[in-house]
Amino acid sequence: MIIRTRKNSDIPSSEITPESAYINRRKFLGASAGIGAAAFLSRDAAASPLSTLHQDDEPNTWDEITTHNNFYEFGLDKKDPSRNAHTLVTKPWTVKVDGLCKKPGDYQLEDFIKPSTIEDRVYRFRCVEAWSMVIPWRGFPLADVINRAEPDSSAKYVAFATLWDPDQMPERRWKPRIGWPYREGLRLDEAMHPLSLLVNGLYGKELPNQNGAPLRVIVPWKYGFKSIKSIVRMTFTEDEPPTTWATQTPGEYGFYSNVNPDVSHPRWSQATEKRIDGSKFFGYRRIDTHFLNGYADEVAHLYEGMDLQKYF
Amino acid sequence: MPNPRRRILLLKTAIWLIGLGPIAWLTAGFFRGTLGVLPVDTIILVEGRWTLVFLLATLAVTPIRRLTGWNRVIQVRRLLGLFAFFHACVHFLAYAGIDQAFALGYIIDDVVDRRYITAGFAALLLLVPLAVTSTKGWIRRLGKRWLKLHRLVYVAASLGVLHFYWKVRADTFWPLVAALTLAGLFAVRLAHRARAQRKPVRK
Repeated sequence: MIIRTRKNSDIPSSEITPESAYINRRKFLGASAGIGAAAFLSRDAAASPLSTLHQDDEPNTWDEITTHNNFYEFGLDKKDPSRNAHTLVTKPWTVKVDGLCKKPGDYQLEDFIKPSTIEDRVYRFRCVEAWSMVIPWRGFPLADVINRAEPDSSAKYVAFATLWDPDQMPERRWKPRIGWPYREGLRLDEAMHPLSLLVNGLYGKELPNQNGAPLRVIVPWKYGFKSIKSIVRMTFTEDEPPTTWATQTPGEYGFYSNVNPDVSHPRWSQATEKRIDGSKFFGYRRIDTHFLNGYADEVAHLYEGMDLQKYF
Repeated sequence: MPNPRRRILLLKTAIWLIGLGPIAWLTAGFFRGTLGVLPVDTIILVEGRWTLVFLLATLAVTPIRRLTGWNRVIQVRRLLGLFAFFHACVHFLAYAGIDQAFALGYIIDDVVDRRYITAGFAALLLLVPLAVTSTKGWIRRLGKRWLKLHRLVYVAASLGVLHFYWKVRADTFWPLVAALTLAGLFAVRLAHRARAQRKPVRK
């Protein structure tokens, strides 16, 4: 079954979190050390009504968000990217737009961002490894740049590639069995959905390298690996583009990779998740995983009529 | 050359220190908050690695004895084996008790549905009778059958390495190192046996 009815717990953030209350005590204590984030929200970017939070969703701390990362170009351990990603050069940065569109070209990052209105959006982030966080991103709708590129009517998908530069991304000791560069892709209607973001900031600050600076995708209803980091290329295609993990291990990762507690993964049951929350002793609480990561009301219609056990 | 007894004593002391080292390191890291955002993941990972280190070390004792002629080294084998079992238990309890909070349904699902957990769990089960029968009393009681029973350690180690190999996603370097080490240790044993069978007179 694809369409689910609205759960009572799905409360728009506007109803439960006035800006002033965004940072609770723990977050304030955690965040104030590094970034003085208390005022990050309302000041220079609009808080979006699209930050649909559940009642228990509290933003994670800056430290949690920036020291627990998967970015294999900088090492396989969760802490490796925060230790190693300082070698990534993000200025200047060019994004190549090509494929089936009327305005292909090499765009400077500033030109890519400038025409859009920057917003803060607090989203749940669910990793396929069954941990999750709540993250205050700063960015703008992915649809903005897609519209500006003017895709042809034959374009059905948009493919992305991460920078691959071994000088900036030292391959330590051996090469992991992954074909670089990292590639991801979305169906065009998924990419155009108002929830889909291009992100260049976190907690109102510049996005740290380990989180995918200077520009990354965030698609909150899909497993985290779909939200590709440090993008250098966007290509409009007619056919479903090959993506890194689905190519690497087709039996485990599909093109869609929507968060779905009913589709078990060979490595992790997806029924529940470890919500990282800094709670005492082990730093997380185990909670039920929601279909489409709790964004079913917004995006379930994209998958109407599809067998999600097959198109996982 | 130092007194041979003292050499074994030194070796045993070193094994105790190395064997308890990871626990001390994890405990200190836990309270200092240096085990990362999800300490339980770090505990499971570190304990899994040390289980394999000790399993392979246990299996290395006889080949080392054969290759070097240092017969007394056999005296540390039980200690190494018990440390392998100890770390396997901590590894499993961190998974079952902390990560899964003893939710039996989920644990059974994992053991049945996820092949890497099936392999790891089977390895742990095989180690239980070996640990139990590692005492002098059991060795005496079982006689020749003890040796046969304890060959299961090769099956347990193979399953452990398979568990490791199936678990990693991108980087199979260390699982392959473990597999090659295991194969090498087994080869030394087979070679010895073949030689012993071919030329029984020279034995």
